[in-house]
Amino acid sequence: MTERSEVTSKHSVEPLYEVFVRSRRGLSHTHVGSLHAPDATMALRNARDVYTRRQEGVSIWVVRAADITASSPDEKDEFFDPAGDKVYRHPTFYEVPEGVEHL
Amino acid sequence: MDFQATIDADGRIEPRDAMPDGYRKTLIRQIAQHAHSEIIGMQPEGNWIGRAPSLRRKAILMAKVQDEAGHGLYLYAAAETLGVDRADLLDLLHSGKQKYSSIFNYPTLTWADIGAIGWLVDGAAIVNQVPLCRCSYGPYARAMVRVCKEESFHQRQGFEILHTLSQGTEAQKAMAQDALNRWWWPSLMMFGPPDAASTHSEQSMAWGIKRHSNDELRQRFVDMTVPQADVLGLRVPDDGLVYEDGHYRFTEPDYTELYDVVKGNGPCNQQRLSHRVKAHEDGAWVREAAAAYAAKKEARAA
Repeated sequence: MTERSEVTSKHSVEPLYEVFVRSRRGLSHTHVGSLHAPDATMALRNARDVYTRRQEGVSIWVVRAADITASSPDEKDEFFDPAGDKVYRHPTFYEVPEGVEHL
Repeated sequence: MDFQATIDADGRIEPRDAMPDGYRKTLIRQIAQHAHSEIIGMQPEGNWIGRAPSLRRKAILMAKVQDEAGHGLYLYAAAETLGVDRADLLDLLHSGKQKYSSIFNYPTLTWADIGAIGWLVDGAAIVNQVPLCRCSYGPYARAMVRVCKEESFHQRQGFEILHTLSQGTEAQKAMAQDALNRWWWPSLMMFGPPDAASTHSEQSMAWGIKRHSNDELRQRFVDMTVPQADVLGLRVPDDGLVYEDGHYRFTEPDYTELYDVVKGNGPCNQQRLSHRVKAHEDGAWVREAAAAYAAKKEARAA
């Protein structure tokens, strides 16, 4: 299941690609949007023209939208719940005696 | 969290969240219309690329028209997250079943019109679009953030064109004034009908799609623009304009003209649509060739 609407529709002639851009060295690629292209090479070129006209990126990934597996919003409670009762994973859970530094 | 709770908490709705049918339909209609406006908006400006007065102006205008295409694509991509297909949306535009902004049905008669479009039309678009950056639908809001960043260049280049003309010869100044005279009223109409007559507003406000009323945004635009006209040394063509309590009181545009242009009776409706359809049809062989090439490569790789 991709990160798209559940409502299905007929496919365009050109498949849909999701576009990820690394805005500068040291940062991760971030999702910026999507586009249609006949193949991955064209998707990359189109992504450059559509999403980096002002030097917004130093690297681009394009991924066929159909190839993305995503968690479902319907099951998000059960899916993410296991982390909910484990507050001890955060440093703020612990009480630090007065005067202790660098902890 | 369910839909209403998310909206009430000023949260964002994302593509696969449950949402009321009306919310989805309203967004598809609005985002598609917005996307159509961007790509139809390339035409009045494209009209002057070959006649731009200098290489600098030509390069800038080309970049701007390319931006409009980009804005259209961001928005079609946002619409598609709601489960529609861009190809279908284009069909709806081409068959006249979906609209685009009426402003693009006016002609660009002189070079000054390119200035007026950047300054007034893009200026009005910015006033409309900035609140949309906080729209409750995530993909639309994110697309608008990108669009707004780019629009401010558009508005400044338009202002610069008019500023240059208004400091030029008498004829150039007259050309700038004439452009303002023709674009002022249609620009005011870009905010839609007055609040009392606006059909979609109330529900869109409740859903967090719209954040301010048409009249509120129109007032904001007038307050912003009138002092800029003073800097240009141009006269806003409204005898009723007075400054009062921190706002410019202005004469309302003739909304019967707006309704008439929306119905298809503006000066360029037919030309814009038939040009768009022709461009789409003329480009069919490119799309087919690219698809054939992709299929051939895939077959070879298999």
